[in-house]
Amino acid sequence: MTLHIVVTAKQVLDPETPLSAFNVADNAVSTAGNIPPVVNGYDEQAVEAALRIKEAHGDAKVTVLSCGTDFALDVIKKPLAMGADELVLLQDAAFENSIDPTMAVAALTAAIRKLGDVDIVISGRQASDWDNAQVPLGVAESLGWAVATIGRKVDVQDGTARVERVLPDGHETVEAPLPAVVTVSNELGTPRYPNMRGIMAARRVQPTVWTVADLDLDGTASPAFELVSLKKPERAVQTEMIAGDDDADAGRKLALRLREERVL
Amino acid sequence: MADALIIGEVSDGAPASATLEGIAAARALGVDQVAVLMPGADSASAASAAIAGGADIVYTVADGPAADGEFDALVDAAQAAVTLSGARYVIGAKTLTGRDVMPRLAFRLGTALASDCSAVSLDDSGRLIATRPVYGGNAEASVACLGSVAVASLRPKSVDALESDASRSGEVLPLEFEANVRTRVLERVEEAGEGVRLENARVVVSGGRGLGGPEPFDSLRELANMLGGAVGASRAACDAGWVPSGYQVGLTGKTVTPDLYIAVGISGASQHMAGCSNSRTLVAINKDAGANIFKEARFGVAGDWQKVLPAFMEQLHELMG
Ligand SMILES: Cc1cc2nc3c(=O)[nH]c(=O)nc-3n(C[C@H](O)[C@H](O)[C@H](O)COP(=O)(O)OP(=O)(O)OC[C@H]3O[C@@H](n4cnc5c(N)ncnc54)[C@H](O)[C@@H]3O)c2cc1C
Repeated sequence: MTLHIVVTAKQVLDPETPLSAFNVADNAVSTAGNIPPVVNGYDEQAVEAALRIKEAHGDAKVTVLSCGTDFALDVIKKPLAMGADELVLLQDAAFENSIDPTMAVAALTAAIRKLGDVDIVISGRQASDWDNAQVPLGVAESLGWAVATIGRKVDVQDGTARVERVLPDGHETVEAPLPAVVTVSNELGTPRYPNMRGIMAARRVQPTVWTVADLDLDGTASPAFELVSLKKPERAVQTEMIAGDDDADAGRKLALRLREERVL
Repeated sequence: MADALIIGEVSDGAPASATLEGIAAARALGVDQVAVLMPGADSASAASAAIAGGADIVYTVADGPAADGEFDALVDAAQAAVTLSGARYVIGAKTLTGRDVMPRLAFRLGTALASDCSAVSLDDSGRLIATRPVYGGNAEASVACLGSVAVASLRPKSVDALESDASRSGEVLPLEFEANVRTRVLERVEEAGEGVRLENARVVVSGGRGLGGPEPFDSLRELANMLGGAVGASRAACDAGWVPSGYQVGLTGKTVTPDLYIAVGISGASQHMAGCSNSRTLVAINKDAGANIFKEARFGVAGDWQKVLPAFMEQLHELMG
């Protein structure tokens, strides 16, 4: 039986966007200039985890699911270029990127049900835009599947997912019966770069597009939140720069200044 | 019946600090009755401390998988506690456990989680207003929770716990529920380093990509030792393998609030600052005078740490005799 791995991948604003180009106005975030979006970093790690399982397993298929409104195809095809087999875009105005994860959870859940034969869903631990860290957990609850989070290593064997989880001071190994939802973290390691062959192959793949009409969204929960305000945080720090004749002198002056302020 | 329910944790026989912070946050909402769920072998003995900390009702779970910290069972326990308490506001914390349990609980209750909040309050109609950093801390959102139950998790150390009041009284009730555990822990490996714990340290010396390798962290350790502190790191330094991931300070690492935080060779990305910006005094050493860290630091030196740090430490030695 072919092992069917679904990876969820979100297109997000580049989190490396310089602060000067990061704008918050009218309860929305935007970037100045033409900074292209990226695949959420942890989701690239999810793709990497899926490809490692595929390599170990041999008979496996990796389907990438992405939920949104506007996709930059060359960006969202990156998982294909890395080696994933299929891309399904859940694309509809109803899937507008929102701080409320309710709709994304419903759409992904419906899509996984529609795919039908999914054994494991692998997701990044959180998306770098709303930092909600809950869509995969919501999908697991909606599907009634087992969960293991913040993995740095994921193996599939004998109908279970074995996940090495990152702990604040150590790690643990857990076992979840399939079908399961697993989230991964940066400790998994740097995701592979697409090679030329992968990029060429990805170009030829046409993503499948599903809209609201293609998904069974009956019973979707009503919205959880209303956004009241979105703004840049205020920073009230008065920075005092300590200078000296040279770097070493500045270092000494720093110690003296901290002593003067009774910080040391 | 209670108005607010805290999804709590027991740590070393007492309510975890994040749990006491959650109780304080619920009390600050001005609600009548605050209940707290406290699964753990020491559940009963921790209950009195929770009551002294502001709780009116404590639900205990002294044995079984929830007491052992199995996430699946904790979600089941939390769901049962919500039903039993009838709470309209459910508050947890972004701890290791809360990261898993709180979102799952929220979806089971037919809503979603306001996660990693820095503050919660009520509006005129009694809706929970949750304020939380988003976009790595580059923006701050306030949301009104719309469901019949509002579920939020607090970022640790965002709220002060209440002064413990031993004269307070409350009710302690064992919680009954059915646990359905599917994901099982096979093995746990603790890698806690020696010395002061990073989360509790009064002084934290952190290093970033600018250190260039693992060896310079020895200097940071020496400085931390001099000050009775602990060593932290940026994610870049952890990802490079220079220090273990347990050193990571930030949005997806540890939250620290020391009296003194010294950042060496760290650019000050918002996701890093999310873990240290509540430090009392932040000091930065970075060779790039335009680095973001200098917008957040109280004191800064724009220079090469290889020159700044040894001289700083030498002077410090002299000052400290
Ligand atoms: C969703 C998400 C979550 C994240 N979570 C975290 C987190 O929890 N914690 C975290 O830290 N990061 C986190 N990050 C990553 C974060 O965005 C930054 O990439 C990271 O913090 C950068 O680490 P750094 O400052 O060490 O490296 P850099 O940004 O590369 O900065 C290195 C600095 O060193 C300085 N430098 C170089 N040489 C010297 C020298 N000789 N002397 C003095 N200074 C020198 C440079 O001027 C530069 O400012 C997260 C990112 C995302 C998207």
